[in-house]
Parts: sequence; structure tokens; C-alpha cells
Amino acid sequence: MHKISRLSRFNIASLALGLAFLYLPILILVIYSFNASRLVTVWGGWSLRWYREFLNDRAMIEAAWMSLRVAVASATIATLLGTLAAVALSRGERFRGRTLFSGMLYAPLVMPEVITGLSLLLLFVALNAERGFWTVTIAHTTLTMCFVAVVVQSRLGSLDRSLEEAAMDLGCNPVRAFVSVTLPLIAPAIVAGWMLAFTLSLDDLVIASFTTGPGSATLPIRIYSEVRLGVKPEINAICTLVIGLIAVVIVIASLASKLSSSKGESAAPL
Amino acid sequence: MSARRIFARPARFAAIAPYVWMVLFFLVPFAFVLKISLSQTAIAQPPYEPVFDLTAGWEALKSAFGALSIDNFRLLGSDDIYVFAYVRSLTVAVAATALLLLIGYPIAYGMARLPKRWQAVAMVLVIVPFWTSFLIRIYAWINILQHDGLLNQILLALHLVSQPVVWLSTDGAMYIGIVYSYLPFMILPLYATLAKMEPALEEAASDLGAPPWQVFWLVTFPLSLPGVGAGVLLCFIPIVGEFVIPDLLAGSNSLMIGQTLWLEFFTNKDWPVASAAAIVLLVVLLLPLLLYERLQKRQLEQGR
Repeated sequence: MHKISRLSRFNIASLALGLAFLYLPILILVIYSFNASRLVTVWGGWSLRWYREFLNDRAMIEAAWMSLRVAVASATIATLLGTLAAVALSRGERFRGRTLFSGMLYAPLVMPEVITGLSLLLLFVALNAERGFWTVTIAHTTLTMCFVAVVVQSRLGSLDRSLEEAAMDLGCNPVRAFVSVTLPLIAPAIVAGWMLAFTLSLDDLVIASFTTGPGSATLPIRIYSEVRLGVKPEINAICTLVIGLIAVVIVIASLASKLSSSKGESAAPL
Repeated sequence: MSARRIFARPARFAAIAPYVWMVLFFLVPFAFVLKISLSQTAIAQPPYEPVFDLTAGWEALKSAFGALSIDNFRLLGSDDIYVFAYVRSLTVAVAATALLLLIGYPIAYGMARLPKRWQAVAMVLVIVPFWTSFLIRIYAWINILQHDGLLNQILLALHLVSQPVVWLSTDGAMYIGIVYSYLPFMILPLYATLAKMEPALEEAASDLGAPPWQVFWLVTFPLSLPGVGAGVLLCFIPIVGEFVIPDLLAGSNSLMIGQTLWLEFFTNKDWPVASAAAIVLLVVLLLPLLLYERLQKRQLEQGR
């Protein structure tokens, strides 16, 4: 008994320290975004000054708008393709090139971003494609559909296949069975996949730098070029806004997954 | 059984669109990298030659093929800058991954020993920073580590130092940044295996008289090896190619390969050498990548 209680005190300490390490820097950044002082480190009272500054910064607003558009477009395409890929991998048993397919699908998850970005840029140059919104969107879709596929596939894997089979025994064709039985059951995973793709696209700096053209910088590219010149309080405000947006996305995603787990419980007695 | 087989056929068609997409935007681009790595730098648009012109006919294509060479790879092998960059990338990745394992293991272990309800909460708390922009997280550390940053202010106020310490632009700052960014990638696979482990095994060892460190070293750690492997590879591979963290936090005297590649591409506009550097990086990472795939396959099989 004694041994176990000592162990758990060590557990709690390491957990608490770990979480403090993960959260304190972000918390400090958020607090300093409300600092009235121009000097980042001198506290001059609470103020929304830097948020106003951001709203008057045309270049930053344009970059933010570009990022949002790319994130919505690429997350949507990635969710469509990633879901199809997950269905093919978990339901379509054998097909030609399946190994290559799954290899290609999972490689971008671990590939260094510089390589993915460089190779896509070389392709776009060879195709003589004008670089901007669409090239970044294609690049982000390629990266994020892998994450969507992983999320959706794990949900598909935990589904009871007899539900689909029952629908087909009752006369549904496979496509109809998928649309009316499977799709509603995996919908929360699809929503979570979209959210993940959206935040990943919003976050990406390296691949976007390679695939975008002059005059269409995304928000991370602009933040990066500002940060390299030195810390500016305005950046704190922008970062806090991004954190807020992502927090909203996480809340929606977790609500969706809660919905799915309560649905799962009600379906379990079947 | 038959219903399952009927279902398999349309599901196969679902592969077509993502398959075509990945071939077009993942596989084909690598062919371009390979081809350009064998080309020569040129002052032209695009800045390399030969350019394959499929409309120019077979003879032109043949001479273009003849103009390919491995000069860029020879250059990489003979130039100290590149050799050092590869060595430094690997050293940093090994050291950072070891640090991540040391820091991440106790946290994952603590999570796995929490009551079930709290485990879910802890899991969300670890994942949330992963959703938060990594650039913002690096930037948060610049706020703390800079010359008149919070860390120096605290140290000065406590009279622990008499002068501001240089934190930014050091290897220490870079390691903090890397550990901070990759910690969730280490914790999650470790937690996944530790949470699945049967606590009775540890209790049995303890009942048989093993002291805690022996229980850990002889029972817990060996059983968590699949998670250790996944976490190590998940961190190691991207850290080798890391570009942004060393660029923002480390000094500029010794570069990692991701940075050299970036400079070669955007500043020197030497696309062929950058492509060759990417190919070499990929080859260096191929072994751990294959290992990772093996491991995943084995875990999938065990899961079934």
C-alpha cells in the first residue's frame, strides 16, 4: 500500500509539471497580448491596443483571409478524399496496388515537410502552374487527407460490420447501405477529420512557403517574416486570436465526438 | 460472408479518386525531384537544365537524358557544409529524441495510472497544444527567452543572476523548442501502450518482492517497447528535417540540413543541389521510415 501511494505522488508531480510546461508559455503569450506597453516585457496595464493595430494592418488581414480560404477549401477536399481512402482501405478487401496506396497515404504523415514542399513546388513549376491560392490548397489537401484517412479509418475499424450486412440483407445495395447506415455512424469522425485538416492547414508554414506565389502569403508566412525581425506586441494579439479560433474548433470537434460516443452506447446493445 | 464480399467491390472504387490524387501530387513530384537533382544549375527560368521538352522529338529527349549527371551528389559528399549539416541534423535528432523520451515517459506513465475518467481529461489536455499552431508555440518561447524576456526578469528579480543571460540563439533554446513542440507526439503512443497494459503484472512482480525500479525495468519498460518505438520514430524523423525551430531559436553558426536545403533553394536559387540534398535526406530517413511502417503493421495485427 505504501509503495503504491509513493508511486502515485511521483505520477501526479510529473503530470503536473508536464502540463505546466505545455501550457505556461501559451498562457504568458495570451496575457501579454493585452499589455498596453510597446515593450513586450514591460507591463503597462490591460489594453486592446494591439488588437486594434492588427485590424488596421491590411497585409496581415489579407494573409489571414487567404489562410482561412485555403484552410476551408483544402479541409473540405481532404475530407472527401480521405474518407473515400479510409473506406477503400477498411472495406475494399484486395485491390491492385493496395500496398502502394496505403504507403503513399501514410508517408506524408512522417515525411519532413521540406521534402513534401520542395517536390510539390518542382511539380507546379514543371506544369507551369501559376502559384497562389490553388497550389497551396492542393499541397495542403495532399498533406491533410492522410490525417483524415487515419481518423476515419479508426472509426470504421471499430464499427460493427453486421449493421451494414443487416441493411444489405434487408435489400439495400452496398452503396445505399453505406450512405444510410455507415455514413451517419462515422459522421462524427468525418467532422473531427475536417477540423483536424482545417487546423493543420491554418498552421502550416513550410509547405505553404514552397507552394505559394508572390502576393499571396498565408498568415503563418507573414507571422514568420515578422518574428524573424524581432518580437512585436501585435504578433501576440494575432497569435491569441488564432488560439481562440482553434479553441472554438476543438470545442466543436469534442462535442461531435461526445455525440458519437453517446450514439455508440445506444447502439452497443445491438 | 457473401454480403461482406459484395460490399468489398464498390468500396474498392472508392480508392480511385484518392489514388489518382496521391499519384499526381505525391508520387509524380518525387520523380521531378529526382530528375532535377541530376540536372545542372542554369541562369534561366526554370533555373536548371536540361529541360525535357516532350514536343521536341525523340532525339532532343535522348540528348537531354544524356546531359543528366550525378555531379550534385558528388558536391554534397565533398562539401563540408553539407556533411556537417547532415551530421548535425542526426545528432540533434538523436539528442532531442532521447530528451523527449526521458521527459515524456513519466508523463505518459502518470496519465496511464490515473482513474479512467481523469485519463480522458489528461489526454485532451495533452492533445490541445498539438492543435495549437506550432509557430505560435515557438514564438511564445521567444517571448520568454529573449534578452529582456520573462525568464531573465524572473532570474534578475530573484537575484539568481546579476546580468541577463543569453538564452535565445543557443542550442539550449533550440532543444527547448523541439521538446516543447514534439512532446505530444512522444506522450500519446507511450500512453496508448501503457494504458493497455495489465496492472496485475506489475502487482505480481511487486508481490514477488521486486523493488519498484526492478518492477519498472523488468516488467513495465519491456512491455511498453512498442510505444517507445512508435514515439521515438514519430519524433526522430521530422526532427531530422526540422527547419523552423532551429531557424528561430538556435544560433546561425551551425545549420541543420532542413535549413541548408531552404537556403540553397530560396537564397542561392540552386534548385538542383537543393533537390539532391532532399534525395539524400530521404535516403537517410528511409531506414527509420521502413522500420516505422513495420512497427505499425505489427501493432495493427496485434490489435486485431
